[in-house]
Amino acid sequence: MTRGKAVGPYGEERMPNDRDRDGHAFRMSRRKMLKGVAAVLGAMALPAKDAPASVWETFFQKNFREMSPEELKAVVARLEKEYGAKYGKQVRVGVNPPLEGVRFAYGLDLSRCIGCRRCVYACVGENNQSRNPQIQWIRVLQLNKERGVDLEDAEPYYNPARVPEPGHFYMPVQCQQCENPPCVKVCPVQATWKERDGITVVDYNWCIGCRYCMAACPYGARHFNWKKPGLPPAEMNPETHYLGNRPRPVGVVEKCTFCIQRVRNTPGRYTACVEICPVGARKFGNLLDPDSEIRYIIENKRVFILKEDLNTRPRFFYFYAT
Amino acid sequence: MQRERLRYLRLAAAVIACLAAGAAWAQAPARTKDQSAVGALPPARGDKLFPEPAARQYPVPSPPFTPGIFPCSECHKGMKPNTKRRVLTEEHTNIVLNHAQGERWCLDCHDTYDRDRLHLVNGQRIRFEESYRLCGQCHGDKYRDWKVGVHGKRTGMWNGEKQYLLCVNCHNPHDPRFKPLKPMPPPVRPGDIR
Repeated sequence: MTRGKAVGPYGEERMPNDRDRDGHAFRMSRRKMLKGVAAVLGAMALPAKDAPASVWETFFQKNFREMSPEELKAVVARLEKEYGAKYGKQVRVGVNPPLEGVRFAYGLDLSRCIGCRRCVYACVGENNQSRNPQIQWIRVLQLNKERGVDLEDAEPYYNPARVPEPGHFYMPVQCQQCENPPCVKVCPVQATWKERDGITVVDYNWCIGCRYCMAACPYGARHFNWKKPGLPPAEMNPETHYLGNRPRPVGVVEKCTFCIQRVRNTPGRYTACVEICPVGARKFGNLLDPDSEIRYIIENKRVFILKEDLNTRPRFFYFYAT
Repeated sequence: MQRERLRYLRLAAAVIACLAAGAAWAQAPARTKDQSAVGALPPARGDKLFPEPAARQYPVPSPPFTPGIFPCSECHKGMKPNTKRRVLTEEHTNIVLNHAQGERWCLDCHDTYDRDRLHLVNGQRIRFEESYRLCGQCHGDKYRDWKVGVHGKRTGMWNGEKQYLLCVNCHNPHDPRFKPLKPMPPPVRPGDIR
């Protein structure tokens, strides 16, 4: 084979190719170079060789819904150990499944709420939200009685000496636990889903932090951990659930879970917000139980759901008792 | 003649028996407490006519008495009840009635002769732990909602034992409007989160 300039079909001079360079010193093609760069970057993304075993386990952990009971047990044990070391106390990570014949729903009496925000802080304390940067799952809106539920007129930063202020009413907004949740639909990795008892949950170990769900939620109920959550160990609630209030890593989305760690028990406690409300405006119960408070409310009171026109079908019923 | 006398005797015996039975009936609601200081306690009208219904009992806490004020009979046992409608000037002056004032006074709810209990409009005496029945006489709609757990606060278990609160745990019966509270701090504005 003679060496010479490669000539194209029209007699033009062609770019030298690999074959032409056979006799020369090593030269790298663009393709090879890109492959190498990708391999190096990929290796850098992997945990270091001497990383503790738990990091590898976390790395290869499956989606919550795909784990076998044994795998789940191992994951829970690993998390409990991790959190125990971090917060210096015995932490329990529950994985209680939905109760049979239970569909949770919530009622909030707008004629009673005085906007004192006790629920906001009870929720933060119960569910281990980041204190700094601040994350709160409940937002209390101050609305004008003359304008009604006009969200463009809502004021969440009100701070008078005493509430309620004359001429105003208050509407706390949190996750509405929609029957048709837009946030679940948009998740590209199925890290969030609706459980059989009606609670929409997030697997924080599967969430990639794309925040599509935050964009999809019409209620502003989802919150992102932009920074490593600031949770003082003394204030950490050690009674947790895998899908609920266990400590979150940076870069994941979180939301209200109807205090899943409390309610998925027989007997199960009321949610923290119900328990703290000084005026008894918050009601919680099983939609499938004809004797529950929530059924009485739906059957006997004037009830409305927020942004009904979006067809999200919330399980959160605002009502007006008097 | 003989027969007629016998008939009168029988009639007299029957009348005496009836009277005795009536007297025993009247004595029936005997008080366990010693009421000697205020004399014999007149039976409340409702005690017999409207016996306490075997209604559902509600798990309520003890009423929020001012410390040391209960039992009321502690102070009242030596006093002769004064049923004259008046403004109290010597005792209980801290109580300002702001609850249908002018239309009622102390002894419309507090029992005149048994100071440790209240009474309903039908005269039935009730314990302070049952005061919701007293409130329910006027506020029937709230009472109905309270019974099913919709008016007022519930704590405990959503699918188990629930703890109720008495009306008076949240509403001062003499001034029932819920008092304004200091709100907890507002959320940090997004621009201020660092």
